[in-house]
Amino acid sequence: MRCIGSRCARPGLTPVSRAPCCYPAALFTIRLPMNPAFLDFEQPIAELEAKIQELRFAGQGNALNIEEEIGKLKDKCRQKTQAIFANLSPWQIAQLARHPQRPHTIDYLPLVFDEFHELKGDRHYADDPAIIGGLARIGGRPVMFIGQEKGRDTKEKVRRNFGMPRPEGYRKALRLMQMAERFGLPLLTFIDTMGAYPGVGAEERGQSEAIAKNLEVMAELRVPIVCTVIGEGGSGGALAIGVGDRTLMLEYSIYSVISPEGCASILWKSSDRAREAADALGITSARLLQLGLVDQVIDEPLGGAHRDPAAMAASLKDALLRALDGLDRVEAGSLVEARYRRLRGHGSHKIE
Amino acid sequence: MSWFSKLMPSRIRTEGSAKRNVPEGLWEKCPACAAVLYGPELERNLRVCPKCSHHMSFGARKRLEALFDPGTLSEIDANLAPFDALKFRDSKRYRDRLIASQRATGEKDALISAKGLLKGRSLIASAFEFAFMGGSMGSVVGERFARAAERALDERVPLVNFSATGGARMQEGLFSLMQMAKTSAALARMRRAGVPFVSVLTHPTTGGVSASLGMLGDLNLAEPQALIGFAGPRVIEQTVRETLPEGFQRSEFLVEKGAIDAIVDRRELRDKLAAMLAILQRQAA
Repeated sequence: MRCIGSRCARPGLTPVSRAPCCYPAALFTIRLPMNPAFLDFEQPIAELEAKIQELRFAGQGNALNIEEEIGKLKDKCRQKTQAIFANLSPWQIAQLARHPQRPHTIDYLPLVFDEFHELKGDRHYADDPAIIGGLARIGGRPVMFIGQEKGRDTKEKVRRNFGMPRPEGYRKALRLMQMAERFGLPLLTFIDTMGAYPGVGAEERGQSEAIAKNLEVMAELRVPIVCTVIGEGGSGGALAIGVGDRTLMLEYSIYSVISPEGCASILWKSSDRAREAADALGITSARLLQLGLVDQVIDEPLGGAHRDPAAMAASLKDALLRALDGLDRVEAGSLVEARYRRLRGHGSHKIE
Repeated sequence: MSWFSKLMPSRIRTEGSAKRNVPEGLWEKCPACAAVLYGPELERNLRVCPKCSHHMSFGARKRLEALFDPGTLSEIDANLAPFDALKFRDSKRYRDRLIASQRATGEKDALISAKGLLKGRSLIASAFEFAFMGGSMGSVVGERFARAAERALDERVPLVNFSATGGARMQEGLFSLMQMAKTSAALARMRRAGVPFVSVLTHPTTGGVSASLGMLGDLNLAEPQALIGFAGPRVIEQTVRETLPEGFQRSEFLVEKGAIDAIVDRRELRDKLAAMLAILQRQAA
């Protein structure tokens, strides 16, 4: 295959990727086996977008024709995206939830909140950068915020432990929850983690207890709690900041008791069967809404949150404000009682 | 059957498991000290090896029978049964796995709850059956536990739970995760009302159960040498890529790290529990 870029400086080169090899390196780098900014099922979209960019480059001279052509390609790209995204499998959605370009907590913070003042540390051992928390204001309203952060580049990922909190992270969250209760601040949480960190130190410092304590305290916290799964909701590590009055999910996020890979390696004895496990586990927002385990699904922009983070943030903010409005006027005692009834209702048993 | 055994005349052949003259389970070998123990005597000793005090696995029903005063146990919420809402299927259907476990254990699900008397005083207790799908917590386990906690709260009677579990039951998807929230919420109410909950952690207790009701006891007790932790040792080894130290995540390690109150020998648990619960409730000795 020849490079599809007409201005390619190395026209004889045969690129392995299907993206043009002459494309600006900041956006596309030729790597094996394909463009890392796009998932495998997004590749047709990547190609069209690359063509559009290519035309823009070539288009300085005869602008009119080119604009028309770009318009056509854009339409085609939109249709292609719609077609691909209309029929996503649970496994594809899991990949979108972990998309390398998917907006994280840190990306939403400036877009959703008017202000944010980070508060660090659990006051016992350390600060855990896998969880970000602090005082915030949304649509003018004072709130407490807690969210998980995976980190974007390698250095940040390592610093934030890929978003896998240790006990000190959950204990920082606990401290902030109790502070929220003392000052009557509604609590907003963003869930985005593979799970709680399974390490030696985490076990030594009581990972189980840290998670369990949060579940207990969140069940009785006398302020409204709205939890939103923005990417990956990984098991107990997610639930430890996920007990509340409303659970929202972004359309292409997932929420599961175990990762599809983990489930596949236990039940199918091979992590290659993750696709089937993702089907069986029912991890998508649509399925969980149907099962009554989440309250609301927030639609994502065409092609996913990463194609238009600003639009995503706007609808997220809107949904959060509406959820808060609904909980505002409820007296604390009945809020806690309703939350208890809600939690008690989750199950699938029968009477024999 | 190998070609060699096919060659043998049929009267010499013995199929699979050979004819046994000794009844099944009459003699048992201690996995720790390899002593050969007489079955009935081992049962009388609550399945604790009389030679080396190794605590062997102990079924849920037997555990509850050993806890309550003889003849006072009555099971509660026995009519709750699992329901496969997800139609989950891996190499086998979840429904079939349930039926197989139900046949093997004689239980409907992995937790049994009961009320009765402990040294003449009312008590509610529940126990995980590890032989039922690894003691995993699904909706029935969560529901039975939550109902037991609610009953304990209503009647202001202490609650004791024995855990033996690998964690959440993945065949129930997110429903099983939500049992962590549900059971913890029920315990939060008990805590607010000052009704005691004792969590007895037995071998093994990991995952979603340890990260919810397991660690939420007013008293967290453990049997000797029990494996207790959030992540299982294999998962940790894969993550940190080093072998774990001897005794890591065992009861003794948890005491050292401050995670549990005490290690109690199974044979002394009844006395110890009765005494401590009486003090917590400011009752006469």
